[in-house]
Amino acid sequence: MKILVTVKRVIDYNVQVRVKSDGTGVEKDNVKMSMNPPDENAVEEALRIKESGKADEVVILSIGGEKSQETIRTALAMGADRGILVQVDHEIEPLAVSKIIAKIAEEEKPGIILMGKQAIDDDSNQTPQMTSALLEWPQATFASKIEINDQKALITREIDEGLEKIKVNMPFVASCDLRLNEPRYASLPNIMKAKKKPLDLKSIEDIGIDVKPRIEQIKVEEPPARQKGVMVSDIAELVQKLKHEAKVI
Amino acid sequence: MSILVIAEHNNNEIKVATRQVISAASKIDDNIDVILIGYKCDEVSKQLSNCVGVSKVLVVNNEKFKNPLAENFSKIVLSIAKNYSHIIGPASTFGKNILPRISVKLDVAQISDVIKINSEDTFVRPIYAGNALATVKSNDKIKVITIRPTSFDPIPKEGGSGLIETIDFTEEDTSVEFIEREESSSERPELGTARVVVSGGRGLQSAENFKLINEIADKLNAAVGASRAAVDAGYVSNDYQVGQTGKVVVPDLYIAVGISGAIQHLAGMKESKIIVAINKDEEAPIFNIADYGLNADLFEALPALSAELDKLNTIEK
Ligand SMILES: Cc1cc2nc3c(=O)[nH]c(=O)nc-3n(C[C@H](O)[C@H](O)[C@H](O)COP(=O)(O)OP(=O)(O)OC[C@H]3O[C@@H](n4cnc5c(N)ncnc54)[C@H](O)[C@@H]3O)c2cc1C
Ligand SMILES: Nc1ncnc2c1ncn2[C@@H]1O[C@H](COP(=O)(O)O)[C@@H](O)[C@H]1O
Repeated sequence: MKILVTVKRVIDYNVQVRVKSDGTGVEKDNVKMSMNPPDENAVEEALRIKESGKADEVVILSIGGEKSQETIRTALAMGADRGILVQVDHEIEPLAVSKIIAKIAEEEKPGIILMGKQAIDDDSNQTPQMTSALLEWPQATFASKIEINDQKALITREIDEGLEKIKVNMPFVASCDLRLNEPRYASLPNIMKAKKKPLDLKSIEDIGIDVKPRIEQIKVEEPPARQKGVMVSDIAELVQKLKHEAKVI
Repeated sequence: MSILVIAEHNNNEIKVATRQVISAASKIDDNIDVILIGYKCDEVSKQLSNCVGVSKVLVVNNEKFKNPLAENFSKIVLSIAKNYSHIIGPASTFGKNILPRISVKLDVAQISDVIKINSEDTFVRPIYAGNALATVKSNDKIKVITIRPTSFDPIPKEGGSGLIETIDFTEEDTSVEFIEREESSSERPELGTARVVVSGGRGLQSAENFKLINEIADKLNAAVGASRAAVDAGYVSNDYQVGQTGKVVVPDLYIAVGISGAIQHLAGMKESKIIVAINKDEEAPIFNIADYGLNADLFEALPALSAELDKLNTIEK
């Protein structure tokens, strides 16, 4: 069985994101980029499934600019077998991304597609669900545990009320939570080895999917700043302020 | 224009989020239908029809749909989607699970986590963990939207008189099976709608110590929240998490204890009206957004707070 894992290149989660003064977006020049955090969990989970003998190949897919090759190489250095980059030079919406992933899945025929639960740049939380619907494969979103047994998987999902368990047939699409596992670091020898692993570059024309954005971005602005508050010296003062000044207790 | 709202409920009661979504919908148009999918949910259909602003409640009542599997729910909504200009649900794990499936099948782009409605096609939503707000315009024929419930006041639950209609739908997806749900039960108010939230972070050091947080919460009739670090360390379960990948809360009072204030945590609470931070590190970023900061050891501050709240209550009595 083959596992397809999607990885997105995003602004690193430690970077303080700045809005551009002309309102067209956020500052991306000279900003540290890295793999979308839950996508690392997706890669890790795929590698563990392979190591347990239940899969024989882990294929990494990214859709984005040329630099996304670095993100794919990171996943290859963690231990994945080969990569595919579908090159697009502009921002691309989950709707189009899911169509591309579904198209690649039809060619590659994986038994499982592992994705992150949310991209921390657009915070859409859509692509895995869309991919599942397009392929008519079951979806297992917000997964914090994946157990595979005989063409079925038992998934523990994190939901607002607590936890939910579902059983899905293979093939299926899962979106991974950060609590699914602890992603490994790539060792130096593996980083060297990853440079020689196959990475297939495809153009959007090869895929033949319309990726024109449907949503117009009118403007991007900073959220209203909170006024800086005060420091209190002890609990008694705090309670007095909450009672008489803020009037919230 | 006509709007379809997908109701979130537990077969006995509608979630407050549903009333908040109807409230958001009413900012677009007053022709609002609500679809209720569930089993033995008669009581819920009455509650919905009583909500102000609801024209029609469309009920699919079938044992197969007792649990909200996205594969089934999305197909049911799709069967009537063509009648609507907007299809709207909550940006909860329930809504996030279902709406993208509807959107892709209609070949329209979904707009997630809307916090403000400017017009029938223009919306504001946070991106980058709330570090930026994007105003976006959808040119699609049908707009599929998830609403951040806490950004809208719920519509009143009494005063409406919506018609109740049933829809027949029996097709079931057999590739997925619901097994079980472990809901953490709590006597405290629900995190998403509580007026006061007391949250603990890694500073609490153990599950055992979280009782210090619980004690304060009980005295303030508050919900308990947590940082991701506290959840990851196993102090409390996942449904307590506040933040970019947890819940968004907008209480009148948010008390953050032993939480450093990472942007991913702030994403879930920085719209709170009053923020209190208790932290022993005076440089902790949480102090930058706190209305009242107390630089102290929580193991001394929390018992003191508890005692002070007792005093307050005795004075009032
Ligand atoms: C993709 C992604 C998504 C994330 N989503 C979320 C999310 O939804 N929610 C979330 O919370 N985090 C999220 N995180 C994690 C986030 O980046 C931080 O790691 C996390 O919020 C830190 O939790 P904390 O403040 O409890 O722990 P720490 O950062 O370790 O802070 C602990 C604080 O406790 C204080 N402290 C310690 N002992 C005491 C004491 N005795 N008395 C008083 N103060 C004390 C310390 O001074 C410190 O400030 C996410 C991260 C990523 C990468
Ligand atoms: N451009 C992309 N390339 C590869 N994977 C993507 C891309 N966009 C989204 N994904 C995947 O879909 C997940 C959810 O993204 P989103 O729906 O944008 O929140 C991410 O964690 C990725 O695994």
